[in-house]
Amino acid sequence: MTDLSHLPGSATDRLRPVGRTTGEPVARPRRRFRLPFSPWHLLLAPLALLFAVPLIWLGLSSVMSDAEINRFPPALWPSGIHLGGYRFVLGNAMFPRWFANSLIVSAVAVVSNLLLGTLGGYAFARMRFGGSRVLLVLMLATMAIPFQLTMIPTFLVMRKLGLVDTLGALIVPSLVTPFAVFLLRQFFLSLPRELEEAAWIDGCSRLRVLFQIVVPLSRPALSTVAVLTFLTTWNDLSWPLIALNHDANYTLQLGLTTFRGQHHTQWSAVMAGNVITVLPVLLAFLAAQKTFVRSITSTGLKG
Amino acid sequence: MSRLPTPITRPAPRTPAGPARRRGRREAATAWAFVLPSVLVILGLSVVPVLWSLLLSFQYSDLLTPSVWVGWDNYRQLADDPQFAQAVRNTLVYTALYVPLSIGLGLALALVLNRRIRFSGLYRTLLFVPFVVSAAAQGVLFSFILDPEFGAANALLHRLGLSPQGFLSDPAQALLVLVAISLWSGTGFCVVIYLAALQDVPKELIEAATLDGAERRHVLRHVTLPTIAPVSVFLLLWQTISALQVFDLVYVTTKGGPLGSTTVIVYFVWEQAFRNFTAGYGAAAAYVLGVALLVVAAGLRLVRRRDDRRIEGATS
Repeated sequence: MTDLSHLPGSATDRLRPVGRTTGEPVARPRRRFRLPFSPWHLLLAPLALLFAVPLIWLGLSSVMSDAEINRFPPALWPSGIHLGGYRFVLGNAMFPRWFANSLIVSAVAVVSNLLLGTLGGYAFARMRFGGSRVLLVLMLATMAIPFQLTMIPTFLVMRKLGLVDTLGALIVPSLVTPFAVFLLRQFFLSLPRELEEAAWIDGCSRLRVLFQIVVPLSRPALSTVAVLTFLTTWNDLSWPLIALNHDANYTLQLGLTTFRGQHHTQWSAVMAGNVITVLPVLLAFLAAQKTFVRSITSTGLKG
Repeated sequence: MSRLPTPITRPAPRTPAGPARRRGRREAATAWAFVLPSVLVILGLSVVPVLWSLLLSFQYSDLLTPSVWVGWDNYRQLADDPQFAQAVRNTLVYTALYVPLSIGLGLALALVLNRRIRFSGLYRTLLFVPFVVSAAAQGVLFSFILDPEFGAANALLHRLGLSPQGFLSDPAQALLVLVAISLWSGTGFCVVIYLAALQDVPKELIEAATLDGAERRHVLRHVTLPTIAPVSVFLLLWQTISALQVFDLVYVTTKGGPLGSTTVIVYFVWEQAFRNFTAGYGAAAAYVLGVALLVVAAGLRLVRRRDDRRIEGATS
């Protein structure tokens, strides 16, 4: 295991003497017992399975009958597909509302982060205005402020605005994040200036240049912002917990936590609700895995 | 000294001519229009609340009646509050376990997955998927699996002939179980970040070291690890900050119990402000946490700067 010769074309591969120099027939490499697969699979496969089991169990238990779940030890495999849990959840007066609330808040956050982030990021990247440097540094600094430091006064601000216990209290703070502004600014800086300058000198307005030339070129950065905004707003629990009172206004995450208390015996319903909560993010991840992973790494590596 | 006085009638040389100046001013106005919505939302909802929170931490406030200025009382009271001391202890234990374990496991898995191995994409996906599951969903799911009476985990232990465990309802285990759940969801993040970093380790450096007779572990120790050191520092910072701020999972699973064994600082802050309606006290606790986070970030920045210099020296 001390060489890298398994990598084709590596330096050691080319430099190793192959016995041709001695004039003897080329000796075949000594045969030793080899697994038909890399031994690392013996470590990775069980571990990956361990990571997958809770989610598999989530899916399985959501289609079990309550009798199957409630007996001890519980059934490991559902006898058939029982949709009682899903029927209960979707027939519940509140659950579809929570889903709609989550969807509204996340959709508004995604659209507005893209729009305001693009406008702000472009101004910081390409336009000159007094105080822009100070403003940029100030906004960068706000990324370091932990949520806990601001949550109590933000609640008070929302109360002053009359938004507590409405979706507005969730929407306003998530309209635009410094992260969106900065990520897009960095991306715009990397685009060649010439593309825009020609159009601008020809008399195009800044707004037109931005939306007809810059935005179409910025798909990767925009999808990164969209993916991360959706992930964080859809999954958020603490702020809805503070800002909302009546269960009609709950988001899915918040509803799910109270749901468990109310229907303690009906685990199939709770798990069906959980599947519905997890599914949108899971599907988004599986559909756009590359974008997802790139956006996660870009937060860390280029931040 | 001997310069001629500038004639008053001459226009200042640096000011652009009329139309250009007007264009500049219009440009600035457009720019402000572009940034204003972001500035209002971001600064309005961070700078104002941070200052407000500071004021609040010196007041007695129940969020309803007018607050009373009490000076350092909240902080003094925090210092003597056994519940806060326990919250700090719990948070530190959680952080001390979660951060090194998630980073270590993430690095080990990334090193294995970085070899040319079949199904590495599938493994990466399976390890990463829990990361996108919300803390609320994780909490509900694991409360179900780890239910002491009829959960699947105890059923499994029963089949293996082991005695049933209390898991989240056992004060001695609850915090450790929370760490385990966090590792389930957070390790994939470290794997993905490390995998991206390993792509950037220069192949020539590895080959040169190998030619010089370095063994694999030497390459790891002297080439790979130093090159990805900035990423390790980033992960250390990121994971520490998120561990110190853990809340959602605690709220969903244990609500700080049993017997306060999982009350973390943020849970304490939330409970004080929105349950007991002692918002000033909660704000003071939040400020203690905020300062701690700042110290962590600043400390790591120093380490990072020193490391950067060392790596530059090593590779150039």
